[in-house]
Amino acid sequence: MQNRSGSASIAGDERSSRVAFTVNGDRRELTLDNRTTLLDTLREHLGLIGAKKGCDHGQCGSCTVLLEGRRVKSCLIFAVTLDDCSITTVEGLAGPDRLSPLQEAFVAQDAFQCGYCTPGQLCSARGVLDELAEGWPSAVTEDLTGVVRPTDAEIRERMAGNLCRCGAYPHIVAAIRETAGER
Amino acid sequence: MREFRYRRPTDVDEAVALLDADPDAAYLAGGTNLVDLMKLGVQRPDLLVDVNRLPLGGVEPLPEGGLRVGATVRNSELAAHPVVRRDYPVLARALLAAASGQVRNMATTAGNLLQRTRCFYFQDTGKACNKRDPGSGCAARHGQNRELAILDWSEECVATHPSDLAVALAALDAVVEVAEPEGTRDVPFVELHRSPGEHPERETTLRRGALITAVRIPPLPAARRSAYLKVRDRASFAFAVGSVAAVLDLDGDVVRDVRLAYGAVAHRPWRAYRAEAELRGRPFTPELAGQAADAELAAARPLRHNGFKVPLIRAVTVRALTELAESRR
Ligand SMILES: Cc1cc2nc3c(=O)[nH]c(=O)nc-3n(C[C@H](O)[C@H](O)[C@H](O)COP(=O)(O)OP(=O)(O)OC[C@H]3O[C@@H](n4cnc5c(N)ncnc54)[C@H](O)[C@@H]3O)c2cc1C
Ligand code: SF4
Ligand code: FES
Ligand code: FES
Repeated sequence: MQNRSGSASIAGDERSSRVAFTVNGDRRELTLDNRTTLLDTLREHLGLIGAKKGCDHGQCGSCTVLLEGRRVKSCLIFAVTLDDCSITTVEGLAGPDRLSPLQEAFVAQDAFQCGYCTPGQLCSARGVLDELAEGWPSAVTEDLTGVVRPTDAEIRERMAGNLCRCGAYPHIVAAIRETAGER
Repeated sequence: MREFRYRRPTDVDEAVALLDADPDAAYLAGGTNLVDLMKLGVQRPDLLVDVNRLPLGGVEPLPEGGLRVGATVRNSELAAHPVVRRDYPVLARALLAAASGQVRNMATTAGNLLQRTRCFYFQDTGKACNKRDPGSGCAARHGQNRELAILDWSEECVATHPSDLAVALAALDAVVEVAEPEGTRDVPFVELHRSPGEHPERETTLRRGALITAVRIPPLPAARRSAYLKVRDRASFAFAVGSVAAVLDLDGDVVRDVRLAYGAVAHRPWRAYRAEAELRGRPFTPELAGQAADAELAAARPLRHNGFKVPLIRAVTVRALTELAESRR
């Protein structure tokens, strides 16, 4: 038997896997074709359409989610690799009845126009705030062994993996700086 | 994308045996390169062996000094490690200059070293490419080759190795620990990657199925004064057009020791031994740094669109070394 790409196909029970992980605190169990990315799993199987498919190649950041608390690009992860992992999407950033301070800052600072990149910006910014708090350096940190401050230059460099076609960058930086200052 | 089977071994021998048994199998680490290339149809494994649950994490200080970095340590974790930041700035800087925060949280040490070239034609299955499809030709040789090699290329392939981390590790004389069906061995970092020659599809000296388990970074006190300068088309989130890793150890004004490596100029991270020989034992001046770069770049054969890389690498060499020399005063 041949599959579409012309090579011998793999037995049915071998081409998919069972996987169980936590998304925004809820345990999910799925059987997925091994080729399904985390991004497609969220959007097509779990109805979580916050994360967006901008490029599907790791270049735009619109699919950013948090994996074990760290920001990652969900378009480059096969979901079957995530057994027992914990994932947070933009849908999980807010509390039960109010937005998180970061989200409120995005609203207050007008940090989006069309909003397409915003879920990725928010998840990435959440990761950046934690990385700053842990003292991780960046390419623009002058003293690698010193204290890291949430300056505009630091925030811009750290957010370089999230593109915004509407060019809301200055407001995004302002919203993140405001949130970092409150901590 | 081709369908594939998926395995998640928890010990190294099992992982190596799985790869050994299937010529179409591949290891999957952070996936930031492999998943992308699978989507593009450039790589078509029928079995993915996930290395992420192997006991290959952690950064440990070595008894004789230096560090042992596990294969699955993420690039971000390594860049943030206090010993790397203090003792090996060239390494921290190279890691931080690469990709984006999200990609660095995913990308592993081993995967970074074995990532494939960013040559456009390699990534486009509609184009001739000896690396992807041996014998099909090289569309880049007389095509869009601005980003590609100036040193050590062959008529068969003019691609460059894209990693920033690898350039720093070449300068630091790292050692790669490898597991193969026959057992384990150490590979000096500068011998890990190959020149393209007639077989650009063979990128490393590792046998098929070899698993990188760790990278050892030897002690090098002089590396506390070290730098990584990367030139790229955007200020952030772009691959290098050219880069220089440098360690400079001065005794007064005299160069006691120096390590130099170049990125984005050849099929492998390029250790600049000729330039180092010009510098060692002489009083440091920016002019000497320029002469040293000239000695290294005498062998350069730029392609149609990348002649600018020769003066670029010369200028970046002078700047990196001069800044290090001045930082000691
Ligand atoms: C948008 C984008 C921008 C980027 N920019 C840069 C940049 O500026 N500079 C830079 O240096 N890099 C850059 N990268 C590349 C990135 O650093 C690499 O893709 C990454 O380091 C690869 O590591 P990984 O763990 O994700 O590897 P994977 O994609 O999982 O694997 C890569 C290769 O290594 C093999 N492999 C993985 N682990 C092992 C092991 N333990 N033993 C043997 N083989 C193994 C795999 O089989 C595969 O062939 C960029 C990537 C993206 C997506
Ligand atoms: S330079 Fe190498 S990778 Fe690029 S098209 Fe030629 S053979 Fe392929
Ligand atoms: S969709 Fe994942 S980075 Fe663009
Ligand atoms: S708000 Fe439109 S892409 Fe960013």
